Amino acid sequence: MTDSKHLSRRDFLKFTTGAIGGAITISVALPTIGYLLDPALRKQGGEGWITIGKLDEIPIGTPYPFSFTRTKVNGWERTSSTYGGFVLRRSEDPNDLFILSSRCTHLSCRVNWNEEAQAYICPCHDAKFSKEGEVLDGPPPRPLDRYDEFEIDEEGNLRIFFREG
Amino acid sequence: MWQKIYQWLDERLGLQDLYKSFLDRPEPKGNWWNTLGSASLFLFLLQGATGIFLTIYYTPSPDHAYDSITYIMNDVAFGWLIRGIHHWGATLMVLVVFIHMLRVFVTASYKYPRELTWIIGVGLLLLTLGMGFTGYLLPWNQRSYWATMVGTQIAGTAPLIGEFIKRTLRAGSDLSALTLQRFFSGHIWWLPLLLMLLIGVHIYLVVRHGESQFPGKDD
Ligand code: HEM
Ligand code: FES
Repeated sequence: MTDSKHLSRRDFLKFTTGAIGGAITISVALPTIGYLLDPALRKQGGEGWITIGKLDEIPIGTPYPFSFTRTKVNGWERTSSTYGGFVLRRSEDPNDLFILSSRCTHLSCRVNWNEEAQAYICPCHDAKFSKEGEVLDGPPPRPLDRYDEFEIDEEGNLRIFFREG
Repeated sequence: MWQKIYQWLDERLGLQDLYKSFLDRPEPKGNWWNTLGSASLFLFLLQGATGIFLTIYYTPSPDHAYDSITYIMNDVAFGWLIRGIHHWGATLMVLVVFIHMLRVFVTASYKYPRELTWIIGVGLLLLTLGMGFTGYLLPWNQRSYWATMVGTQIAGTAPLIGEFIKRTLRAGSDLSALTLQRFFSGHIWWLPLLLMLLIGVHIYLVVRHGESQFPGKDD
């Protein structure tokens, strides 16, 4: 027992108590940290690919309206919001498209396509946007937002990628 | 370094004395039954800790209580663990406190000078049961709703003041949002604060009188 290479009983006990105590501390601390941070680290289901419709059925030259609903989950509460927009095919080329959000860049009213005026008209403060979304008249500070990420899948459906915000 | 800091603190706080009088006090020969009071204390602290964690997500409203519990159980990381400990700890605590009382009774430790320790112990038992009663309603599921309906109904059968007690517990004639809210308040504030206070006095008395000798053949 006096051989200093051997662990003394006292040191052994100290070491095992420390190790077991440390293991217990960690196994209590990690779950509690996970518990507290969980909602902050969670995806809320905002983003994703949205199918608009068959590309063949979308006319060329006139804006084609679409709308979709996204559900966001916060804890046990679900909030659904409806979004809308227009697809403008400029030519036969499947990739020659322009996809605009219908949310007015002024105060978020929903704009409508007006065939006679050949413009998007906002019902709230009479803003006018061109076919490509440029501001022609009224208070909006910038052109209509565009969905730039889109694809045509194997079945010929046009899909856009929706991001939060 | 640490030695120095410790000595500085000890000189002013009297840590050694505290340690001696609380944890290193002379004890009569006892057995495992003597650990049940400490086990009750540990369970109380455990219920306190897990309960505080549960309030991070739990919502005491008829519209949200059930959903918030479901969320804790199914979605929050380790929510099932924290709620599970709180749930089973509650049952265990009632059991342990009760057996602690039985052992005090069997060893006749309630006699002079420990009558007050016993009387305060009765308060502790009632408060522990109160914690169970108020906590049971909080998930606001069928079981908890009807258990509380029946429990308050039973209180209502007491002569003369029964109806008054029932209305006070329910905050009206029916179980409602008001009932849930006051059970929640009782469960997380009133009863735990009272428990803490009484536990403090209880343990002070245990330390002051020392633990009782088990009765021998001659007693
Ligand atoms: C929250 C509940 C309780 C806690 C935390 C608690 C805590 C304690 C502790 C730590 C002791 C030290 C000795 C031992 O562990 O056996 C003790 C002793 C004692 N307890 Fe409790 N107790 C509780 C409930 C009760 C109840 C319900 C009664 C009886 C109605 C009671 C009566 C006593 C008595 C008379 C002693 C002195 C025993 C002796 O000196 O041998 N306690 N309690
Ligand atoms: S919101 Fe569209 S013009 Fe004001």
